[in-house]
Amino acid sequence: MKVKSPLEVYNLLPRTNCKECGYDTCMSFAAHILDRSAKVIQCKPLVEQSEKDPKAKSKLEKLLDITAPEIAEIVIGSGDSAVKVGGEEVLHRHELTFFNPTAFFYDVWDTLDEKKIEERCEWVAKYRKFYVGKYLTLDGIAVRCTSNDPSKFGNVVKKVASYGKPMVLVTLNPDCMKAALEEVADKKPLIYAATEENWREFLRLALEYKVPVVVRSSDLDKLKSLAVTFKQAGVKEIVLDPVTEPVGEGLKRTFERVIQIRRTAIEGGDKDVAYPIMVTPISAHLINADDVTKEYWEAVIGGMFVVKYADIMIFHTLKQHVVMPTLTLRANIYTDPRTPVQVEPGLRPINDPKPEDPVFLTTNFALTYYTVESDLTSAKIRGWLLVLNTEGICVEASVAGGKFTASGVKQLIEQTKIAEKVNHKYLVIPGLAARLQGAIEDETGWKVLVGPIDSGRIKGWLEKNWPPKK
Amino acid sequence: MIKLAKRFTLQEFLETLKKYNVEELEGVKIEGDLEIEFEGSSIDLSAVAPLYAIISDLSNFLYHANMALSYMQRLSSVLGIPMPFAVQPAVSAAPPAPKVEEKLKLPEKLLEAKFTPYKVEYPGKVEEVVLGATRADGGTRDYTIKLGGEKSLAFYMFDSPQPNLPAIAIDVFDRPPALAKAVKMHYEDVLTNPAEWARKCVKKFGADLVTIHLVSTDPLLENTPAREAAKVVEEVLQAVKCPIIVGGSGNKEKDPEVLEKAAEVAEGERILLASATLDMDWERIANAAKKYGHVVLSWTQMDINNQKTLNRYLLKRANMPRNSIVMDPTTAALGYGLDYAFTNMERIRLSALKGDEDLNFPISSGTTNAWGARESWMSESPLEGDTPWGPRELRGPIWEIITGLTLSLAGVDLFMMMHPTAVATLKEIFNTLGGKNTAKIDDPNAWLKMEV
Repeated sequence: MKVKSPLEVYNLLPRTNCKECGYDTCMSFAAHILDRSAKVIQCKPLVEQSEKDPKAKSKLEKLLDITAPEIAEIVIGSGDSAVKVGGEEVLHRHELTFFNPTAFFYDVWDTLDEKKIEERCEWVAKYRKFYVGKYLTLDGIAVRCTSNDPSKFGNVVKKVASYGKPMVLVTLNPDCMKAALEEVADKKPLIYAATEENWREFLRLALEYKVPVVVRSSDLDKLKSLAVTFKQAGVKEIVLDPVTEPVGEGLKRTFERVIQIRRTAIEGGDKDVAYPIMVTPISAHLINADDVTKEYWEAVIGGMFVVKYADIMIFHTLKQHVVMPTLTLRANIYTDPRTPVQVEPGLRPINDPKPEDPVFLTTNFALTYYTVESDLTSAKIRGWLLVLNTEGICVEASVAGGKFTASGVKQLIEQTKIAEKVNHKYLVIPGLAARLQGAIEDETGWKVLVGPIDSGRIKGWLEKNWPPKK
Repeated sequence: MIKLAKRFTLQEFLETLKKYNVEELEGVKIEGDLEIEFEGSSIDLSAVAPLYAIISDLSNFLYHANMALSYMQRLSSVLGIPMPFAVQPAVSAAPPAPKVEEKLKLPEKLLEAKFTPYKVEYPGKVEEVVLGATRADGGTRDYTIKLGGEKSLAFYMFDSPQPNLPAIAIDVFDRPPALAKAVKMHYEDVLTNPAEWARKCVKKFGADLVTIHLVSTDPLLENTPAREAAKVVEEVLQAVKCPIIVGGSGNKEKDPEVLEKAAEVAEGERILLASATLDMDWERIANAAKKYGHVVLSWTQMDINNQKTLNRYLLKRANMPRNSIVMDPTTAALGYGLDYAFTNMERIRLSALKGDEDLNFPISSGTTNAWGARESWMSESPLEGDTPWGPRELRGPIWEIITGLTLSLAGVDLFMMMHPTAVATLKEIFNTLGGKNTAKIDDPNAWLKMEV
């Protein structure tokens, strides 16, 4: 956003400290607007005033303008499943955070057999992967027109729309695109793509159907010209595709184009390229190689541009060795570095445990905790989970770094009064903390059992080791 | 006086326009709620009626600023109301109620624009560190590996040429380690013979360097004496002619002694001693490196300030030459803290480029850590709610690849890895981004229409 100091925001607020926004003071509200944890329209008095008073209105508009994100934020799809792309502020996540995770779209094509289309849509719509306390999901479906037949494309697009996911419509043929928009324009699909050749027809479609549009060119002067022309004509929701060349010099140039666009938008302040960027890892399938090589390379292109500035992607492969690593990377890169990923230390009863059930120990690093907790819960294991404060560091690093200590474990046992809740004195510690077995026994007087290295294996481990042999 | 069937106010009109972000209206001042009425015969009603219809139906089709503004101007000229913006020639004839097609005034030509990339130049430069020594320099290696030397972010060749692409070392252990099946199958035949293992890494899997980890020296394991462990280093130096890295067991008490011995037997070979840490006798390791002409790996636990501190100790207290330090700021696996590792390294590299001379050293990554992620080795998800994970043989290597790729973009110069496919793929990536891959495809648009 344009403003750098909360004072600039504060000066445009009512400065009454009315607390209606949920913050104690207008200054505090201003600070939250600046780090984007609050929105200007949360200031009810200002919004209400602006409906009556043109002066207030102009203040509100100015506020909205100066606090708008550096990169335009656009919405694809409608309803609950709609996905926001762009809206970024910085080049490096530690400078603030990245906001809207790269939206992942997976393709179907209109000459694919109907059954297969259904299977692919179903897979995308139902996909989930547990990660740090929640499920990661996929964002939408890209429908490619390979038939060059408007009515066929329209029909397939309509069918895909029934899955309720946001869509990207892929064809350079304006007639095919029009047929599809006739069916699903109200679902607000992203249309792909306006080029140097077809831009006039695509501009008409974007305006007529009020849908976001991708402009596409590997020549950045041309790409910018397209964006400027579309903006001038009244299109607000624009995505830039600098063309993904999947190998060799071409991929090197793609890397350069993507970085130059984003850096020039944010550091150089060039508003004409301050739009979300599209990258197409699906292009990896143009390489002349075996399937696994193509799929790996698709994951590589995906990974490269999740790190470097792509806001939206089209993938082809619906296999976990492509989906899982890219999706996990996206979750990592878009994790807000400002919030510590820790959970409260203490005692968590799992599945309503009894006094004879085992006591497990883990760290308060959110990722470790949620992994262990969900493994125990889902394997229907009854037990007591002790969560040690390692300052949000994982087992291996906290053991090495001295945050996971026998005295810390002793304190935790005392504080949680776990001894009063169970009828034994056996503590199961993580396999990666094995070296602390003796120290913890000495310090606490409990008998320490070394559990598996991965909590996914606790079930099998318990079968052999619990109840403990005396 | 003739009145329109439905009256409207200018205020309402302006409000409607504002919904469409007509910024130019900011300057318009309206005193009170001005009501517009049409009087007399000077206005042809047949001309006004369609206009009124347009205005009252604004939200349906006046959705872009220029359009709205032009209607506003036309209206104002017809009604004779002065407008604060440039007045266009009066519209002589009433415009017909436009259809959508006509309303979309599409430009005939693209508006030409020039993209000027924002230039970045940093004052700092990463030190260039040489590993290995050839006969000419008192060693016996066939070649040396240069790390670092960057003046820009990794692979930002458009800012500044990158003198050295990242190098890849493959891990070798002096006792059979616990390995994921997908990794182990490639080393099954050499697990008990470190020299053969090293040879395989170079000959078969294209390693630039090998790392021999003297894990058996751990007092909790075999507690191999330092002198005996050093013999393995000699064997590896005999077996391969690439530069080598020697690692200890991670035992803070024993490692200084082990690495000292390794430094002694490898005198003149310019090996990398892995590692010196803050909570051990780092000075002893640094002194051994200086005495026998080696490089020290400065290892901290994902903390930029600790990294700075340890580097300063090595530079200022142990007087290590600037060209003899490599940093390992710690690698976490994809999904298991990679975000911390990435950001920590990225911050270190940016600090270096901005001129921080406590941090401008090449970065090393223990990328093999990727195999700690259960997604890389577990046969299936332990959670019922997950979409099935698919064959682990394919998941494992890509987990190592994506971990390495991500950290390469943060600035890593040296990778310590294990899976042959991961090694080959990362090399391919580095050569591609480094401009050394000439592969190409005919038509980057072809995916739009491919029927697979």
